[in-house]
Amino acid sequence: MNTMLIVVQLAYFIAAVLFILGLKRMSSPRTARVGIMWAGGGMALAVLATFFQPGLGNYALMIFAIAVAGAAAWWWAKHVQMTDMPQMIAIYNGMGGGSAAAIAAVELVRDEPLELRLMSLAVLGALIGGIAFSGSAIAFAKLQGLMDKTIYFPNQQLINSAVFIGAVLLGIALVTSGAPGWIIFLFFALTLAFGVLMTLPIGGADMPVVISLYNALTGLAVGIEGYVLGNPAMMIAGIVVGAAGFLLTQLMAKAMNRSLAKVLFSQFGAKPKGKEEEIEGDLKPIEANDAASLMAYAEKVIVVPGYGMAVAQAQHKIWEFCELLQERGVDVKFAIHPVAGRMPGHMNVLLAEAGVPYDMIYDLDEINEEFPTADVALVIGANDVVNPIARTDPDSPIYGMPILDADKAENVIVIKRGKGAGFSGVENHLFYAENTRMLYGDGQKMGSALIAGAKAM
Amino acid sequence: MIEGIIALYIFMLAAFVGYEVISKVPVILHTPLMSGSNFVHGIVLIGAMVALGHAETWMEQLIGFIAVVLGAGNVVGGYVVTERMLEMFKESKREDKK
Repeated sequence: MNTMLIVVQLAYFIAAVLFILGLKRMSSPRTARVGIMWAGGGMALAVLATFFQPGLGNYALMIFAIAVAGAAAWWWAKHVQMTDMPQMIAIYNGMGGGSAAAIAAVELVRDEPLELRLMSLAVLGALIGGIAFSGSAIAFAKLQGLMDKTIYFPNQQLINSAVFIGAVLLGIALVTSGAPGWIIFLFFALTLAFGVLMTLPIGGADMPVVISLYNALTGLAVGIEGYVLGNPAMMIAGIVVGAAGFLLTQLMAKAMNRSLAKVLFSQFGAKPKGKEEEIEGDLKPIEANDAASLMAYAEKVIVVPGYGMAVAQAQHKIWEFCELLQERGVDVKFAIHPVAGRMPGHMNVLLAEAGVPYDMIYDLDEINEEFPTADVALVIGANDVVNPIARTDPDSPIYGMPILDADKAENVIVIKRGKGAGFSGVENHLFYAENTRMLYGDGQKMGSALIAGAKAM
Repeated sequence: MIEGIIALYIFMLAAFVGYEVISKVPVILHTPLMSGSNFVHGIVLIGAMVALGHAETWMEQLIGFIAVVLGAGNVVGGYVVTERMLEMFKESKREDKK
């Protein structure tokens, strides 16, 4: 082993340590920002070291590729709206999976064949990475609104399974036959097709779980290709992300009270079964001024934001209003349902963007017992996550999902654009409750109206 | 080349590390952490560089080039997205709450 190779290996080792320490720091809000910088430092070191790895060529192509792709990715990531972050994660994750699959492809088309063990692993990594690539691309297209949310066709499960089995068989053929060109091509075609087919029927609310799953898959693929290339840094970083990703996927699925199998293989909200419970009471509207004064004279207000708030970009206005309430001595708290927004934690990010300090934001477990002591629960753009039917009606598609007990507050004010049902298509009994008042209108306009109302007092 | 059984040990230990790192994370950080781990598997870029570096035929060069492009997108995009999200986490100015 020559000196340069030792230096490069050492750099990879340090990078692996930095990744783990960085991820560790990212798991606490206090140290999260330092964490990403450490991981970033590790990445820069590893990339730099690779340029000095002995025996490489094509440097011009390499630098060109990195410069162009890096600049484009940098510009795009900088200019995208905060609400669009989930699909950005999806697309950049897909790129990683695609890269892992492409590495395998280079190894496969090479003239000197790999030994059997490495060949099988290269093919396995290509399969996983390829699925993560095309699946993430579809997830991106769906979240970006480029394609219809869910697509069903007859015998979908059967066709999907057939495509998957076909891809696996071709993979085996690749390993055993010494990889003739047309099998390689067909193998990748079927792998990519399966990623697409698998993601087509999965609907909006399940998207975060799927993106997280693809994230884990990409990690796994990277780890496997790392072994094929004999690169421990890739192995460690890939498998760490793979394991963390699978756990995160499960945490997310659990927060939504859905098993991973159901997310992947059942069709969410396809057919509401059974008859819905009769709804008692009616919708009682309220004016913004009255709502503002109700909250201004309250002792404790709990805000329940939902995706509707994010769509209306109302978080800034709502926070401004809450600051006014705070000045009057009102105790304001934000209650976040695990799946509020489009991803677990997404709503926290949006509130943080508006300037809400994270120690005013509470999880479902922390806040639920406080609702009975709150004077007002302000529900803005949230629907299913506060629907009491999840506690009572076993026939409802959202039955069993943990919800925020907004209905237990003394008064409930709901800011809502129209009278439609939530994402799950279920009517919300909370809106008809005796203590609920509906404030109809666009989140941002209503936010301004509330601010005006509070200032006028 | 790394011996098969050593590789298994590496995979096993790395899997535990990944599991441990995530298991105590608060919900508030799920999305940023997913994004952060998305950045970390961008290490695939160095594998792509090696693959392109060893490429000889135009076919190998083409696929290797694609691999590097995708890998670099993963790294840079993943970093900027995570950075932007975490940038917004600040603490309350009031001292009475922790």
